[in-house]
Amino acid sequence: MPYTFNTPEDQHAMLDAIGAASIDDLFAPIPDSLRLERPLDIPAAMGELELTQHMQALAAKNEHAGQKTCFLGGGSYDHFVPAVVDAIASRGEFYTSYTPYQPEVSQGNLQVTFEYQTLICQLTGMDVSNASLYDGGSAAVEAVLLCMSVTKRSKVVTTASVHPEYRQIIETYFTHLDAELITVGSPAGIVSIEELEEAVDDDTACVLLQQPNFFGCVEDAERISGIAHEHGALFVVSCDPISLGQLKRPGDLGADVVVAEGQSLGSPMQFGGPYLGIMACREKFVRRMPGRIAGQTTDRRGKRCWVLTLQTREQHIRREKATSNICTNQGLFALRAAIYLSALGPQGLREASELCLQKSRYAIEQLVADERFELAFQQPTFKEFVIRDTKGKVADVLAECSESGILAGIPLSTWYPNLSDCFLVAVTEKRTKHEIDQLADSLTRASVDDSVVSV
Amino acid sequence: MRNTLATQPIFELSKPGRRAARFPKSDVPVRPIEDLLPERCRATTPPPLPEVTEPDVVRHFTNLSTLNMSVDTHFYPLGSCTMKHNPKRNERLANLPGIADLHPYQPDDTVQGLLQLLHELQGMFAEISGLPAVSLQPAAGAHGELTALMVAAAYFDDLGEKRTKVLTPDSAHGTNPASARMAGFDAVTIKSDSRGLVDLEDLRSKLDDQVGVFMITNPSTLGIFDDQVADIADLVHKEGGLIYLDGANMNAILGIARPGDFGADMMHYNPHKTFSGPHGGGGPGAGPICVTEKLGPYLPAPVVCQHDGRFALDYDRAKSIGRVRAFFGNVGVLVRAYCYILTHGADGLRRASENAVLNANYLLSRVKHILPVPHGDRCMHEFVATAGELKKTKGISAMDIAKRLLDFGYHAPTVYFPLTVAESMMIEPTESESKETLDAFAAALFRITDEATELLHDAPHTTAISRPDEVQAARKPVLKWTSA
Repeated sequence: MPYTFNTPEDQHAMLDAIGAASIDDLFAPIPDSLRLERPLDIPAAMGELELTQHMQALAAKNEHAGQKTCFLGGGSYDHFVPAVVDAIASRGEFYTSYTPYQPEVSQGNLQVTFEYQTLICQLTGMDVSNASLYDGGSAAVEAVLLCMSVTKRSKVVTTASVHPEYRQIIETYFTHLDAELITVGSPAGIVSIEELEEAVDDDTACVLLQQPNFFGCVEDAERISGIAHEHGALFVVSCDPISLGQLKRPGDLGADVVVAEGQSLGSPMQFGGPYLGIMACREKFVRRMPGRIAGQTTDRRGKRCWVLTLQTREQHIRREKATSNICTNQGLFALRAAIYLSALGPQGLREASELCLQKSRYAIEQLVADERFELAFQQPTFKEFVIRDTKGKVADVLAECSESGILAGIPLSTWYPNLSDCFLVAVTEKRTKHEIDQLADSLTRASVDDSVVSV
Repeated sequence: MRNTLATQPIFELSKPGRRAARFPKSDVPVRPIEDLLPERCRATTPPPLPEVTEPDVVRHFTNLSTLNMSVDTHFYPLGSCTMKHNPKRNERLANLPGIADLHPYQPDDTVQGLLQLLHELQGMFAEISGLPAVSLQPAAGAHGELTALMVAAAYFDDLGEKRTKVLTPDSAHGTNPASARMAGFDAVTIKSDSRGLVDLEDLRSKLDDQVGVFMITNPSTLGIFDDQVADIADLVHKEGGLIYLDGANMNAILGIARPGDFGADMMHYNPHKTFSGPHGGGGPGAGPICVTEKLGPYLPAPVVCQHDGRFALDYDRAKSIGRVRAFFGNVGVLVRAYCYILTHGADGLRRASENAVLNANYLLSRVKHILPVPHGDRCMHEFVATAGELKKTKGISAMDIAKRLLDFGYHAPTVYFPLTVAESMMIEPTESESKETLDAFAAALFRITDEATELLHDAPHTTAISRPDEVQAARKPVLKWTSA
């Protein structure tokens, strides 16, 4: 009981003041028949030292990115996190506070949120950002719901090159709504424009594109934007924030709503969450946005300050008529992103993204030097790419690499049965030439071992 | 003492050529960018982010942090949010590289320790709730509600039933009806009776075979345990409906009563509340859900399973509603909850709830003569007082009291929620506060209610800003910084 104060004397004094005979007396409203008549069956309490040792033992059964070289991506990346991010985000004044219901004593969080919103607008080229959503996937589903609400249309067109789990979430949400998700194929690694043109019609609420897409390929976003807009549909782009150091911003390519997984902006991978759902849109849709939004105003003395605003969109006021059921934002991770983007600035982001670009290109060249492996899609890529094992033994190859200390890639068979001979490789700015060469060696070795076995 | 230079918006600190982070030169051969990216998608200039130094960044954000109240610095009796102490050990342990630096798509055999932890946590959540099937996937309480309602819808589909309605009490969190709508149901409100409990007559009149789920918060948002809950469950179950328990208030009943034992079929936890968060300035949270055996097959995939001593993510779930989130869930938050539960053990969790309820009742007993509690002299972990009488007699509103408390160094209670009590102040002290703090807080309330009305209308007086103009903020939204 390390976190309670009440001594037996305190408890007696408090019960006297209450006029209760015992603590049990306070629970009288719970009928005996509904009580648990035994202790909970959970492990015995541990002191801090014991708990630390227990957790260290559990952690030691995992192989983390500092032990195994990580070439895994698919929406979660091993990017470098500057020390300032951890140092500031671990201040208790930030992480032990809550939603700024009392702006007078929450100006720190509110200003950070306002700055975060501004940074996201600068990054994406959009007019307005919210204070963040759960993660990239939930941001994508909220974006299509927003488009359906704005256009009063119920058909959403997306592409096979959008993160398959994001598409699965949309499918789940659509099950009980009057809505339809159409997925256009991406046989050459980018969406088929002809198929897309056929799928988008005057009932289409939006086109959801990922840029760079799940295969790492760069789509022709401007053209796709045109196709959506011709039919009065909105254009939603799910982007990789780091890529925006090199690629045109979605806002400059006609996007109406931009979403992104913000984990790349200074947050650890932590097995998938918590992450940061980025969402920004055109000004005219702001009153349809889900989630918290901070705005600037003045106090009674005329001083510039910040508050949560446009709250009439939200569930605590509108209840079932709200734009979404979302209540929290990811304040702590929005803070991390704000620190990260401030620390990098335009030049730092440019450098980090160029390193991703150059190193992934180098990795492609090294990997396909072994003729067993080829680049699956001949498209421009940013930091990820798909490698095909012409012998089709992806699971064996990846397992061998893992044994030699390298997480070489993500098998695509889980989501794409027709790409069961392929795996997805991500190369961030953290990967060194040496590590990339080791990856290539390790793949070649797996390839040689395999031929020995098959002889 | 305020450093107003450092806390101006970071964009105003920007000067071309300044920078904090610098990346190394490429150690691989550099190709011209033009060869790597086609012109149509290439940006000619990087995004116009601010240009500041590392000292700028540190001083700016550090000074901003000092403008916040937080659990680490202040008593924070924000009702319904369970602002309890956030253990430092949990932060350190969740940040161990063997926990924090794991990729979500690593092979199962490289994350056995974490899968074991998550598997054990599923078991603990099941045991504490009395509901055996668990999904750790939802990202927040509201997300858990939505997920559970989708589970219910899938269950009814399987039975060949089309149920269209979800009932929520008028005192429920706004997320309840909003989640119902997103899951494709119509939300119908049930009135509260004079005791603040579910009005059984109103419930009976609205209960039919179209009702899929009755969502109940118990203990309620009024801090009262609804002793009719088993009867309510019987009524709803007889019509073929399900009971959903909003677990926001689990901090009152850990080890004392279990939702599964008092009739709930589904529930979510708020680990950032009950199991010590932290709240992160507005998130992240997590919203794991527990359901009965018969609803288990519909939970989102994957869940963690164990076969022959090995742990694995099980995706092979034919009846599952599918995914509600990418990857696995808010693992970092779940790890902290696991540490919290292990720190307490069965006896410790129960005593945490006992002390939370004791503290709330003690504070209630201290303040009820100036801030009456319409729903009785006793409460569970929180209580809802009203400033209605003070408003009438002295013109002092709940908002005035809330704002003046800030001057005394206390975060305000939740005000104007629940909507069923006029001038409401929802006060939740939690177990991790001392009698001395509660006495001092009560003394501050006594003093405030004796102060001149004008002084209160103008409060707060000592904070970084005075009351902001929220009407102006909404009428002419300024949602990002622009250069003057």
